[in-house]
Amino acid sequence: MSQFAINVLFVGASFALYIGIAIWAKAGSTKDFYVAGGGVHPITNGMAIGADWMSAASFISMAGLIAAGGYANSTFLMGWTGGYVLLAMLLAPYLRKFGKFTVPEFIGDRFYSKQARLVAVICLIVASVTYVIGQMAGAGVAFSRFLEVDATTGLIIAAVVVFFYAVLGGMKGITYTQVAQYIVLIIAYTIPAVFISLELTGNPLPPLGLFSTHEASGEPLLSKLNEVITALGFNQYTADVDNKLNMVLFTLSLMIGTAGLPHVIIRFFTVPKVADARWSAGWALVFIGLLYLTAPAVASMARLNLVTTVYPDMAGQVENVEDAATNPILYENRPEWIRTWEETGLIQYEDKNGDGRIQFYNDKADYSDRGWAGNELSVNNDILVLANPEIANLPGWVIGLIAAGGLAAALSTAAGLLLAISSAISHDLIKGSINPHITEKGELMAARISMSVAIVVATYLGANPPGFAAQVVALAFGIAAASLFPALMMGIFSKRVNNYGAIAGMLTGLAFTLVYIFVYKGWFFIPGTNNLADTPENWVLGISPLSIGSIGAIINFAVAFGVSKATAEPPQEIQELVESVRYPKGAGTAVDH
Amino acid sequence: MAEETSNAEAYWKANLRLIAGCLVVWAAVSYGCAILLRPLLSGIPVGGTDLGFWFAQQGSILTFIALIFFYAWKMNRLDKQYGLGE
Repeated sequence: MSQFAINVLFVGASFALYIGIAIWAKAGSTKDFYVAGGGVHPITNGMAIGADWMSAASFISMAGLIAAGGYANSTFLMGWTGGYVLLAMLLAPYLRKFGKFTVPEFIGDRFYSKQARLVAVICLIVASVTYVIGQMAGAGVAFSRFLEVDATTGLIIAAVVVFFYAVLGGMKGITYTQVAQYIVLIIAYTIPAVFISLELTGNPLPPLGLFSTHEASGEPLLSKLNEVITALGFNQYTADVDNKLNMVLFTLSLMIGTAGLPHVIIRFFTVPKVADARWSAGWALVFIGLLYLTAPAVASMARLNLVTTVYPDMAGQVENVEDAATNPILYENRPEWIRTWEETGLIQYEDKNGDGRIQFYNDKADYSDRGWAGNELSVNNDILVLANPEIANLPGWVIGLIAAGGLAAALSTAAGLLLAISSAISHDLIKGSINPHITEKGELMAARISMSVAIVVATYLGANPPGFAAQVVALAFGIAAASLFPALMMGIFSKRVNNYGAIAGMLTGLAFTLVYIFVYKGWFFIPGTNNLADTPENWVLGISPLSIGSIGAIINFAVAFGVSKATAEPPQEIQELVESVRYPKGAGTAVDH
Repeated sequence: MAEETSNAEAYWKANLRLIAGCLVVWAAVSYGCAILLRPLLSGIPVGGTDLGFWFAQQGSILTFIALIFFYAWKMNRLDKQYGLGE
């Protein structure tokens, strides 16, 4: 059976499973559509959160970025897990006690203002659409590879699949399909990693393999990797970074963004009790941790395999690494996986010095003494995880499995986000302010139309994304961090912050962050419209657009407190509401929502 | 009523103390050991690299998981102790 047939078989089988579950649990009323009918067990819910959470960014893109950046990109690992600590302690239990459908609904009620709710809807939509752009970019890569088409066609196919998947399903279908998707994606991620870890280190557990001995050379894996890549002019994999300020702010932005993202928060409304919201966060992080502990191992091992594929002399024990680095393989002898990825355009080769060999190195370093005229192989970071089993020569079914897993990750998150967008528009915007008497049917229709529009916009911008999938998603986190998280947190932990403060805070946080991002990434992410090149020399104080959400959040807090101090304190009943949110006693059942 | 209010206040204070403690650990492993204090920990070798790198790619995640379960367990006890559970 050809690889193409195996891919189709695995992807087809996994899709049949999700669609089967979706039909079996077809969404009935609007309540079902949004919050899965309540009463989901914390472990089940944790798994569903895991699938919602681990998107194309985590599955397809993140390990590739860690492989390229080494230690410096550990920010993704810490940022996307550390946020759950904030979620469990600062938001989830209280929002569950409050017991409403959506995030803007909480903000609207707590800050007793329709305008606050509207501003929250805007923040939510901006963050979620940015997030979906990243998902579409990642799903496009996965589809282009497994259907063997170019990247743009892959993106369009992904958009069509997401459309049918999200628009025709609802949350109820989604909770159980999410569980199935989690299982598919975690198996798909870990099996290749186990094989590769065994091959390289003899240790079947990738997180331990990462810190074990590389068997072929007898050195620790990470030392071996450092040795090999520095001989090609790259930085050491484990090298410390100079710009610690940016690293801290980036990690912080991802963490508080995690706690501010509506599609994750909405999941905590579905557990039966307040205590379960806390356990759910813990279980979610266990399930997420399985992938996040594997990812750094995948990253370093894939990087090593990639380099030793091109420079076979560097694979084992090397007497003189500089000599070994002078002998890359001939282009015509390149392995099959390079050929297949070349078809997607995501790997490109150009024989700059005309010797027929693949010089793959960091051409910021000068190797003209080796007769090299520039790096000849460009590899898109987003393909690394998908190509990983092929690079390691694993059997065809593992490759099919990873295709299915990557698509599960991208689709599940895209679906969750689209749901958050559509409920914000139909529930908060239309039902909450424009037309309170809209019928259930009309509300569902509005939800579906807004999903469709979001998909079209995200697909258009996903064709030329403002970064790799995980970087685009990081921007979405910055936006959520600067706008929604501070409002939610102040709504629970401060009785003094009032409607004016919250609105002013959200607006300044959002505007500040967006402007900083757009200046470097292009206005509304339209390519070519940026005012300054997105390079570290141009960044203010060395703070990258990916990290700016932290500063936006600080501004949000400061403005909100300042404005609230200058204006009247919230009415008595709001202070009582804040009081009641703080204690689990008297929480309504999830089913009664 | 008055007793209930002071009870609720004590519960909330205890919760805030617990959160503060957990967040100190949260920040210490991630921003501390993994980023800012990495140069200080560079003398402690872990499988081909140093302890700071381990915290950045593994240790902090494991600590986060432990923190959430600890908090959930502790809060359940507080809920019962103050009679404010569901």
